[in-house]
Amino acid sequence: MSATTVREAALAAPPPPGGRRRRYRAPDAAGPVTYVLLVVTAFLFIVPFYYMVVAASRPMAEMNTSPPPFLPGPYLWQNITTALDQQAIGLSIVNSLIVSGITTAGTLLFCTLAGFAFAKLRFRGKKALFAITIGTLMIPPSLGVVPLYKLMSDWGLAGRLESVILPTLVSAFGVFFMRQYLVQTLPDELLEAAKVDGASSTRTVVSIVLPIARPGMAVLGMLTFMTSWNDFFWPVITLNSTTPTVQVALNNLGSGYVPDTSIIMAGTLVGTLPVIVVFLLLGRQIVSGIIAGAVKG
Amino acid sequence: MSTPSTTAPPAPAGPRATPGPRPSLRSRLFRLEGVTAPYAYVAPFFLLFLAFGLFPLVYTMWISFHRYELGSDPEWTGWDNYTWLFTNPKFYNALLKTITIGILSTVPQLLLALGLAHLLNYRMRARNVFRVSMIMPYATSVAASTLVFAQIFGRDGGLANWLLSLVGLDGLDWRNGDLSAQIAIAVIVTWRWTGYNALIYLAGMQSISTDLYEAAALDGANRWQQFVHVTLPGLRPTILFTVVVSTIGATQLFGEPLLFGGVDGGALNQYQTLGLFMYQQGWAFGALGRAATIAWVTFLLIVVLVLLNTALARWRDRDTEGARR
Repeated sequence: MSATTVREAALAAPPPPGGRRRRYRAPDAAGPVTYVLLVVTAFLFIVPFYYMVVAASRPMAEMNTSPPPFLPGPYLWQNITTALDQQAIGLSIVNSLIVSGITTAGTLLFCTLAGFAFAKLRFRGKKALFAITIGTLMIPPSLGVVPLYKLMSDWGLAGRLESVILPTLVSAFGVFFMRQYLVQTLPDELLEAAKVDGASSTRTVVSIVLPIARPGMAVLGMLTFMTSWNDFFWPVITLNSTTPTVQVALNNLGSGYVPDTSIIMAGTLVGTLPVIVVFLLLGRQIVSGIIAGAVKG
Repeated sequence: MSTPSTTAPPAPAGPRATPGPRPSLRSRLFRLEGVTAPYAYVAPFFLLFLAFGLFPLVYTMWISFHRYELGSDPEWTGWDNYTWLFTNPKFYNALLKTITIGILSTVPQLLLALGLAHLLNYRMRARNVFRVSMIMPYATSVAASTLVFAQIFGRDGGLANWLLSLVGLDGLDWRNGDLSAQIAIAVIVTWRWTGYNALIYLAGMQSISTDLYEAAALDGANRWQQFVHVTLPGLRPTILFTVVVSTIGATQLFGEPLLFGGVDGGALNQYQTLGLFMYQQGWAFGALGRAATIAWVTFLLIVVLVLLNTALARWRDRDTEGARR
C-alpha cells in the first residue's frame, strides 16, 4: 500500500518548479465532460448489483412483466430462506470460507518467501527460475484439468475441498507481486545490517521481511481471497452438490429444471455479499493493489 | 545478535571482517543455511507447480492419445481423438464461436478500458470512488454476474428488452438467438473486465514521465495529440500485456456460456465455446480422452495467438521507429 500512496502523492503534488500553474499541466484537471462520462460508466457498472437486489426481493411472476419492476419488493427475506433451503447455500458459504481462507494463507506465506528470495537474495539459477515463474502465467489453468481430475480421483480427493485447495496454494502472480513489492520497499541496508549482526535467514525473514511486507501481503491477501471465492471452472468440475463452494451452489441453483429467477437472484445476492462487503471496506487498497501489480512500461 | 564472537574485533576498516582461518562448525552451518535458504523459499512454488501445473500439462498430451473414461484404464488409440476432432463439425463450430465471442468481448473491452483509464488519469474529486466503482464488477463471480445478466437479457420482462422497446424495437429472445446470445455473453465479459483493464492501463499511464507531456505541450500538441503521440506509445507494453491476457481469457471462456444456457451452449450450440465443448465431452459424456485432445488443441491455439500478437507488436514497433528516423 505504502508504495502506491507514495506514488499517488508524488503524482498529486510534484515539486512545482515553475510556479503553481505547472502542476496542473501534466495530468490535467478533469472537466465536466469527464465527470459525466465517469458517472454514467459507474452507473452502468453498478446497476446489475442493484437489479440483483430488485429481482431477489420480488416473486418471480413480477419479474416477468413488462416494464420490469425497478424498486425492491418485500419478499427479500422469504426468497433468501428458500434459496438457503434449496441448495445448502449456508454450507457452501462455510466451504468457500474454508477454501479461500486456506488458499489465502498458503499463498501469502509461500509467495512472500519466494518473492523475497527473488527480490533480494542471490542464488544460482535465480534469473532462470524467475523467468519460469513468469512463464507459468501463460499456461491456461483449464489445460491440465483432465489429468488433475484423474489425479484427484486416484487420491480419493475428487469431490472434496482438498482438491480445490491444493492446486491453488501458491500462485505465480503472487510471487511476482511480492517480488515487485519487496524490491521497492525493503532496503538493502537493513538486510546487510541483519547479516552483520549474524541473523540467520529465517530470523531475518521473521523479524525484518515479514513486518515490512505486511501492507503488500494485505493487498495480495484480498486479491487472492476474491479470486479464490469467485473461482468457477475447476470447482465446478471437481466438486459436487454434497460439498459445494458458493459458485458451485450457484451453478446448481441456476441449472434447475424450472429455474425460479427470484430464488436464484436471492442465492446470488447471498453468495456475492461477502465479497461486496470486503470491497466496500477495502476497495481503495484493492484498487491500489491491482495498479501496483500491473505490468508497467 | 546472539553471537558474541562478532563483538570482539572492532573491525573499523572493512564492512565485514573475514572470519578466522578455520571456520567453526557453527559458522559453516550458518553459511550453509544462507546458501540453501533461497531455494527453500522458492521451493513450494516450484513443487506445487510441478505437481499441479507442469505434470498435468504433459499428461494431458498423453491422455489425448487414449480412449479414456473415468474408472476404466486408458486405452491407446493413437491419433484417433485428433481425427475425430478435426473431422467433427462441432469442433469448428466451437472454434468459430470462441473467436466471434472473443472478438465481440475483447475489442470493445480494451478500447473502453483505454478511454476510461484516460478519464481516470485526470485530476478530480472523488477519484477513488470512481476507481472503486469501476472495479466492482471484477469482484463479482462469473456465476453471479451471468445469473444477473441472464435476468437482464430475459425474453419477458428483461431490462434489455424493455430498453429496446423504449426505442421502438421488438424484444429479442436473447438466449435462443445466435448472434444475440453471443452479444449477451460478450456484454457479460465486457462488463466484468473493462474496469480491471482500465486500472492496468492507468498504472501504465502513471509510469509515463510527465516531462514527455510537457515537451509535447510546448510543441503545441493538444490533448488528443498528446494521447496519440505520448500516451499510446508509452502504453505499448501494457497494451500488449492486456491483449495477450484477454486473448487467453477469451479462449478459456466457459462459465458464462455454461450458466447462460447449459452444457450444450444453446440448442444449436450457438455459443458452445471450446471450453464448454471440452466440458461437455469430458464431464457430460465422460470422454476424458477427447476432452484432453480439445484442451491440447486449445493450448496450441493460444500459443499461436500469443506469438502472433507479439510478432505484430514487434513489427509495429519497428514500423514506427523507422518512421521516426
